[in-house]
Amino acid sequence: MHAALLLLADSRLPAGGHGHSGGVEEAVRIGAIHDLPSLAAFLRGRLATTGLVTAALAAAACAYGSSASRTGWIRLNAEADARTSSPAQRDAGRTQGRLLLRTARRIWPSPALDVLAESLPQGAHHPVALGAVASAAGCVPGEAALAAAYTAVTGPATAAVRLLGLDPVAVHGLLAGLAPDLERIAATAPTDWEALPAHAAPALDLLAERHIRAELRLFVS
Amino acid sequence: MGANHDDHHHAADPHGRALRLGIGGPVGSGKTALTAALCRTLGQSLRLGVVTNDIYTTEDADFLRKAGVLDPERIAAVQTGCCPHTAIRDDIAANLDAVETLEERFGPLDLVIVESGGDNLTATFSRGLADRQIFVLDVSGGDKVPRKGGPGVTTADLLVINKTDLAPMVGADLTVMSRDAAAVRDGRPVLFTSVREEPGAHAVATWVSGLVESWVRDHGHEPDHVPA
Ligand SMILES: Nc1nc2c(ncn2[C@@H]2O[C@H](COP(=O)(O)OP(=O)(O)O)[C@@H](O)[C@H]2O)c(=O)[nH]1
Ligand SMILES: [Mg+2]
Repeated sequence: MHAALLLLADSRLPAGGHGHSGGVEEAVRIGAIHDLPSLAAFLRGRLATTGLVTAALAAAACAYGSSASRTGWIRLNAEADARTSSPAQRDAGRTQGRLLLRTARRIWPSPALDVLAESLPQGAHHPVALGAVASAAGCVPGEAALAAAYTAVTGPATAAVRLLGLDPVAVHGLLAGLAPDLERIAATAPTDWEALPAHAAPALDLLAERHIRAELRLFVS
Repeated sequence: MGANHDDHHHAADPHGRALRLGIGGPVGSGKTALTAALCRTLGQSLRLGVVTNDIYTTEDADFLRKAGVLDPERIAAVQTGCCPHTAIRDDIAANLDAVETLEERFGPLDLVIVESGGDNLTATFSRGLADRQIFVLDVSGGDKVPRKGGPGVTTADLLVINKTDLAPMVGADLTVMSRDAAAVRDGRPVLFTSVREEPGAHAVATWVSGLVESWVRDHGHEPDHVPA
């Protein structure tokens, strides 16, 4: 395992991740998440849908990494777009990707990241950016997939701790319980673009659309 | 906080970027009121942008828009995910992005103000985000607050003690506040304001204009066109 993976997956990476709840803020508002079991169900569902898709996109971007051309990045990003039906989620994903690239280009400068940033000035989707950054940092596709799957559940879990005052140790216990799933997803993430999964999560799409219209928002997404 | 001349930001303008001024301080001390006052007083002579981080969504941005002090398009709101402190110090990516987006859209700008979400006495801006910072306290928190210090009070480039109109009501002794602030601030300036009674906050505005002038001098920003 490459040590840079730890930096990439760390919530302290200064790339704006703390502002995103991945649908948790809205789910808390409507009462869908209110305790540990309901959070556990949300995280399992998120991992099996968005988590799986983002892991595969990150792995594909990482594999594509150094051989990258403008048109290639635009095409891979279009694959991410096609798998994100909610406009609010597309915006949030591109914003997160843009912020990650802004940070990573200073930490791991590389021509491939420059090309990616220039090809998609509005921002590459977060998993695409994450995979590209993982490659620039020296990680392999399976590691990029692991980081993507991991952040797909840890960000929302932290948001739930902040919003509901849940016991942080109990929530980390939940995350530890998901570790085998994270490993399985990372190990099986395809890097082949034709094989990219497209699991949909209509509930997450609806939460994102409601969230963006809410009067009070503490999180970007 | 002090000089920060190793500029690693991407400048939107080839002549240099705007001065970035952080305004921090506890909830309710008057950060938004002061931001509005600065826009009111400086809006004619400087090209401005504002980024707000209020934890309650776009509330501050809405207040500024309604106050009619700045073109609403020039006010960007950043959501901090319940972590106002993180967004100005440990992970400044979203704020930098907002500042640069304003500069790209409306640049060249002379001054971008970043108002933090209300936080506690230990909150300060990263030098990677703000070139200079103001910390705003108010007298209603009690006249002991400056004595408590904390990095905001002790190291901000300017300490503003607002709501002096309330001092008699809350029994706050301004002389005590002034003396205690001077004792912990090692010569850095302190200004007393009542934005309620003096909506232009001219003393603070004068201090800010001075900053912008020296910023332009040191960074070669062309003060060519000034909005009418
Ligand atoms: N009495 C008095 N009230 C003030 C003054 N400045 C601001 N306020 C009020 O204090 C409240 C909080 O101000 P605001 O600017 O929103 O504080 P922020 O949370 O620091 O941005 C508002 O109701 C303001 O109208 C002042 O100088 N005197
Ligand atoms: Mg405010």
